[in-house]
Amino acid sequence: MKKLKINKNLKDNLITYGIIIIAYVIMQIMIKTGHVSSLMQGLLVPLCVYIILAVSLNLTVGILGELSLGHAGFMCVGAFTGAFFSKCMQDIITIDILRFVIAILIGAISAGIIGLLIGMPVLRLKGDYLAIVTLAFGEIIKNIINVLYIGKDSRGLHFSMKDSLSLGLDAEGTVIINGAQGITGTPKNSTFTIGVILIIITLFIVLNLIHSRDGRAIMSIRDNLIAAESIGINITKYKLMAFSISASLAGIAGVLYSHNLSSLMATPKNFGYNMSIMILVFVVLGGIGNIRGSIISAVILTLLPEVLRGLSNYRMLIYSIVLIVMMLFNWSPKLINLREKYSLKRLFKKPKEVQ
Amino acid sequence: MKKFQKIMSLMLASAMIMTMLAGCSNSNDASNADSAAAETTETAGEETAESTDTTAASSDGAAFKIGAIGPATGGAAVYGIAVQNGADLAIKEINAAGGINGYQIEYNFQDDECDNEKSVNAYNTLKDWGMQMLVGTTTSGCCIAVAAESANDNLFQITPSGSSVDCINGNDNVFQVCFTDPNQGVGAAQYIGTNGVAEKVAVIYDSSDVYSSGIYEKFAQEAANQPFEIVASEAFTADNKTDFSVQLQKAKDAGADLVFLPIYYTEASLILTQANAMGYTPKFFGCDGLDGILNVENFDTALAEGVMLLTPFAADAEDEATKAFVSAYVESYGDTPNQFAADAYDAVYILKAAIEQCGATPDDSVSDLCEKLKAVMPEITVDGLTGEAMSWDTDGAVNKSPKAMEIVNGNYSLIQ
Repeated sequence: MKKLKINKNLKDNLITYGIIIIAYVIMQIMIKTGHVSSLMQGLLVPLCVYIILAVSLNLTVGILGELSLGHAGFMCVGAFTGAFFSKCMQDIITIDILRFVIAILIGAISAGIIGLLIGMPVLRLKGDYLAIVTLAFGEIIKNIINVLYIGKDSRGLHFSMKDSLSLGLDAEGTVIINGAQGITGTPKNSTFTIGVILIIITLFIVLNLIHSRDGRAIMSIRDNLIAAESIGINITKYKLMAFSISASLAGIAGVLYSHNLSSLMATPKNFGYNMSIMILVFVVLGGIGNIRGSIISAVILTLLPEVLRGLSNYRMLIYSIVLIVMMLFNWSPKLINLREKYSLKRLFKKPKEVQ
Repeated sequence: MKKFQKIMSLMLASAMIMTMLAGCSNSNDASNADSAAAETTETAGEETAESTDTTAASSDGAAFKIGAIGPATGGAAVYGIAVQNGADLAIKEINAAGGINGYQIEYNFQDDECDNEKSVNAYNTLKDWGMQMLVGTTTSGCCIAVAAESANDNLFQITPSGSSVDCINGNDNVFQVCFTDPNQGVGAAQYIGTNGVAEKVAVIYDSSDVYSSGIYEKFAQEAANQPFEIVASEAFTADNKTDFSVQLQKAKDAGADLVFLPIYYTEASLILTQANAMGYTPKFFGCDGLDGILNVENFDTALAEGVMLLTPFAADAEDEATKAFVSAYVESYGDTPNQFAADAYDAVYILKAAIEQCGATPDDSVSDLCEKLKAVMPEITVDGLTGEAMSWDTDGAVNKSPKAMEIVNGNYSLIQ
């Protein structure tokens, strides 16, 4: 029985990896044969970014069972530290892929550390309170980056929180992070292949964590905190573990995001609470705790507004309506009953049961 | 239930692959009936192209394809829609007059929601449509992101209002119609200095906006060489732009007799109202973002009396070209044009002048066209709505003289 269960998990995981790899292979073949529009090619890396974000947030929301609305903040930390590193080292490390891998690691580690620091006070709260505090922290991160000025010249790095003039750079110095104007000229290193590799690494981390001893401890905290504590599970440790891993994966997504566009700014649109809620929508729509669902909903919801471009400004309206319909279809109890009544499963299963 | 989930996820997975395919088959011809979704998108796209440009069908197939990008939805929609309409008006006029070198123009505008990532998506959509030249993008941040892509493709780009230096830095295919932010900041500082408008200056600027902080930085740098002194520089951000009493109080306490406002008119109208309420009456000085302040709803235009601004365009100007443009614009779109519309209108005419100069045809590849246009840009001079005898350097920045305006009796009037 026990062996069977492990196999089932393994099978389930393999299906998830399989979907990603098959989608990747199909896309590669289509790109090679020239069947992919430029719009679609431009969307491939953002798709990878959103998939990683959705999967990583699902770790906090679905597995740890805490509502976090600050996910875009961690993405922001990863994006800026990664892009900052790449911009500084552009002339020193000339091998693109090596520099990018280090940038990803730096982004992941710094976002993880920030996640840990924020998690320590925040995870003492529960439910709505936690959601509001994470929301606030996400905004704080965004606003701090908006007033941060960092420049580089022959004497080293200069920091300021006022404006780029007070950096006091010498003539050859360059401003790397220019406050609200962010970082411009980040090398464009993100590719679809790297994105897919990062998705698989993310899935590997998250899926293995879920099915490990630690993962079961984390889920027991979600299911019943008092019971978990009574059997000697270190609640703080496991909460922080899930939260900071989730944050550092968001950092990875941020690095991928920042190396896909040449200008990086922390606007309310890309790193504000709108984005956090967007990621939460991916997770809720795909099914809380359902990793594969997150992937699929992230893909559909990212593609939808772009595929609907032909409808010009009506696409915003249609997008919202589709979102409402999909939510109802997936989660309304009446519709779930209706679906079960007429589902394929029933059609297939009926004869068997009769026998 | 488990099984149901499996089936559901299978269905969703196939839906995902279908959507991917749907996105892909756009590049194929419509005969590829791979999926219905692709066709609907395609036909819808054709419809918009046709509706925006009715005369395109009359040409024999060969036509220049000009794309434009800007925010048509969201907070910055005013600017994007102005660009959309301004360019549309110019293209209609050109097509009605026989096109460029006898070729008609097709026009397609895409929304970018003022988001860098969406802007690149819009650019890719236009590329799929077959765009040969880009009038865009409207906002600076998006322009930087798109310029990197267009430089990569060697596609000619002229931005009506992307004023940041980073838009043209390192991209020799990008040209600007508007002043760069540094030029505006330096211009404003020099104007105040040489004309002795004030001795103590306070600045209120939006630190979360590229345009505003870009102007402020250069203004502050140049101020060091001018006979006035900056006594207060107060920032606000996009998140708290309704109450300016703190900033105004500081300016007042510092004894500033001029407040420099390198910001957009919506916030400026609030600042003027609040300064009036606290009995603070310095001189106000702004840049082209202040253009439009007289049309703000529920704003007492008497408060704007005496406000000075450096702007390339004023809808109330008396010259023939501006009058004709404004009346045509009001007739077509029912709205008074702002500086963005005029910039976009000029951008299209600049493209026309450049194409006529180099004799390019729509049959040239995107890259050849770009090379030809790049070569002639420094040679041409264009008289437009936003400046007379505009000319360009090879780096893409425009040379034109700023006009200083003062609001007198509820109208913009040129200061000689």
